Amino acid sequence: MSGFKNPYDPNVELSAGCACGAHATPAEHDAAVEACSLESGSEALHARVVESAVMRALFPHDEMRRRFLRAVGAGTALSAISTFFPLGAAKEAFAQSGKLEKQSVKIGFIPITCATPIIMSLPMGFYARQGLNVDVVKTAGWAVIRDKTLNKEYDAAHMLSPMPLAITLGVGSNPIPYTVPAIENINGQAITLSVKHKDKRDPKTWKGFKFAVPFDYSMHNYLLRYYLAEHGIDPDKDVQIRSVPPPEMVANLRADNIDGFLAPDPVNQRAVYDGVGFIHVLTKELWDGHPCCAFAASKEFVTTNPNTYRALLKAIVDATAYAAKPENRKQIAEAIAPVNFLNQPVTVVEQVLTGNYADGLGNILKVPNRIDFDPFPWQSFAIWIMSQMKRWGQVKGNIDYAKVAREVFLATDATKIMKEAGLKPPATTSKKFSVMGKEFDPAKPDAYIESFAIKRS
Amino acid sequence: MPRSGRLASALLSILMFALFLAIWQVATRPGGGEQAADTEYAKMLGSAAASGQKSAMPSPKDVGLKMWEHVKDPFYVRGTNDQGIGIQIAYSIGRVMLGFGLAALVAIPLGFLIGMSPLLYRAFDPFIQVLKPISPLAWMPLALYTIKDSATSSIFVIFICSLWPMLINTAFGVSAVRREWLNVARTLEVSPMRKAFQVVLPAAAPTIMTGMRISVGIAWLVIVAAEMLVGGTGIGYFVWNEWNNLSISNILCAILLIGLVGMLLDQILARLARAVTYPE
Repeated sequence: MSGFKNPYDPNVELSAGCACGAHATPAEHDAAVEACSLESGSEALHARVVESAVMRALFPHDEMRRRFLRAVGAGTALSAISTFFPLGAAKEAFAQSGKLEKQSVKIGFIPITCATPIIMSLPMGFYARQGLNVDVVKTAGWAVIRDKTLNKEYDAAHMLSPMPLAITLGVGSNPIPYTVPAIENINGQAITLSVKHKDKRDPKTWKGFKFAVPFDYSMHNYLLRYYLAEHGIDPDKDVQIRSVPPPEMVANLRADNIDGFLAPDPVNQRAVYDGVGFIHVLTKELWDGHPCCAFAASKEFVTTNPNTYRALLKAIVDATAYAAKPENRKQIAEAIAPVNFLNQPVTVVEQVLTGNYADGLGNILKVPNRIDFDPFPWQSFAIWIMSQMKRWGQVKGNIDYAKVAREVFLATDATKIMKEAGLKPPATTSKKFSVMGKEFDPAKPDAYIESFAIKRS
Repeated sequence: MPRSGRLASALLSILMFALFLAIWQVATRPGGGEQAADTEYAKMLGSAAASGQKSAMPSPKDVGLKMWEHVKDPFYVRGTNDQGIGIQIAYSIGRVMLGFGLAALVAIPLGFLIGMSPLLYRAFDPFIQVLKPISPLAWMPLALYTIKDSATSSIFVIFICSLWPMLINTAFGVSAVRREWLNVARTLEVSPMRKAFQVVLPAAAPTIMTGMRISVGIAWLVIVAAEMLVGGTGIGYFVWNEWNNLSISNILCAILLIGLVGMLLDQILARLARAVTYPE
């Protein structure tokens, strides 16, 4: 959980690297797990999130922060920062529970494991602990969830992380400013192929395949295109990619209408469970720590109900921290599998969450961070997503990447708390990462697009 | 029909149904695949996949048992997204009744007006002709966008799909009232209101009822699709939710119930239609 790490430790990367993929060292992973201990450490955890956010904001480049800390020492840094930034006040602002403007809140979700923090908070009491009476409503599709959020039928919703960007950019809908206060899950997707393609494990043999992705503006679409293009398959010319709602994917795979899909879980595991597909590769192998779904709330809701929003976000942050602990995953699987939530066999959800799963080829694999949970909405994620929108011609012309990323992904708890404390939020909170071994520099997205052989722009 | 004929047709129906069930049972009989050797692996899969096959169609017995489960306890509420099938059907019927009722309130008076005046008939005709063939579901995105409420939107979709058959049939029925009867009314110097209610309405009633019967059938067809699209509650949502779970038994139960309720609605209106017919 990079959001829960000690930001004053020069040895800590505020990015990926341990057993769960989120910590620099295993020791630190354990420390974070301990810090996340729900009953006792919730307050400390919130404080840590605030501190991390502040440090990230002050030092957009991780390398700079680490050099600074190494040079002056953590204690000096802490006191130096405290002199001009009221850290205590910010922590308090985050921790304080003012009167809730709205006690009954409706949140829409799509029944996939990406929605885990949103769903589990209900049966496991994370919402109730914040004094909220939340109703989570299962919704049929991404367009409907968008419209219902706009209509204010939902106060907040589960969305694909590229959706708020697409909506803000005005592609595929009217331009409406959206906000992403938190990412829900990282990793947790996979490419699944029909069992009849058991022997075609090399993507170069996939010419003429028909693939499904959940939505045009989804990480799934961008990751599948990226993966194919890296293997020399042109995703627009050599194969066909269609937008198919997740529930229909397994049915279509069964009926031989498609050859495979890059889909959110539990769809992949469900295809294995029903004996129609096998898991070719987890998206974690393409980009470890990639974002998938987001927790989105309308700007209006955030500004008119600041206390309710804060309580909601606290519940989600707590739930995310709880879900990040591998030993809790089994219990979560049991809580979210029933008809009221995912409506899937418990074993399917359990295999997804624990990462101890059948691959459809007769092997049992153990990948503990097959899906992981980290709430921090990195702006570099947003920039990468936009670079892919442009690469595949969904967006034409120039994009002010940094500005859009800031507007959409910076409606975060971090910025909000800084504003409340009377400070001007600094420009960016970005990190470098690599996708299939190729480094992405958020400062040069256009050069990144240029560097690909297969592109539409 | 003579009694013996009715008995024969009932027997034939039962025979066809039994034959259908038998074919279904035979077709879905489990194949004898070998159990996977690794039991830990097998436990992670569905029963069909564990024996090296794709999950199969449920047999009639599976569906029957599922159906019994639903019928036994149709009104439970286990959370927003998990309610009994009786409640879901009640939601759907409620929506159909509301949308259909509103459509009747608009279509019958408007149809009356259009039918009485050849001028209005021709003036309205192009609009009706263009709007009539639009699939009601095509209105859904527009409705969601403008009405900004999904429950009202689905009622609107029902409204718009049940409007046209009633409107057209009413207008046709009213305009086709026999000249002689109108002439008689004129010779007797009946007031316009009285003419409308005591001559035209009874004369056009059978045609209007036919329109209503067509409308309610369409409305019931459309509500399932609309609820699958919007979700939340209703029998359409139930089908969608079980599709999500790939539970064919549950979907078959829902299909059966949708058919039964549709038949019931149609029969009610058929009764009403019979009540207003008159011998010429």
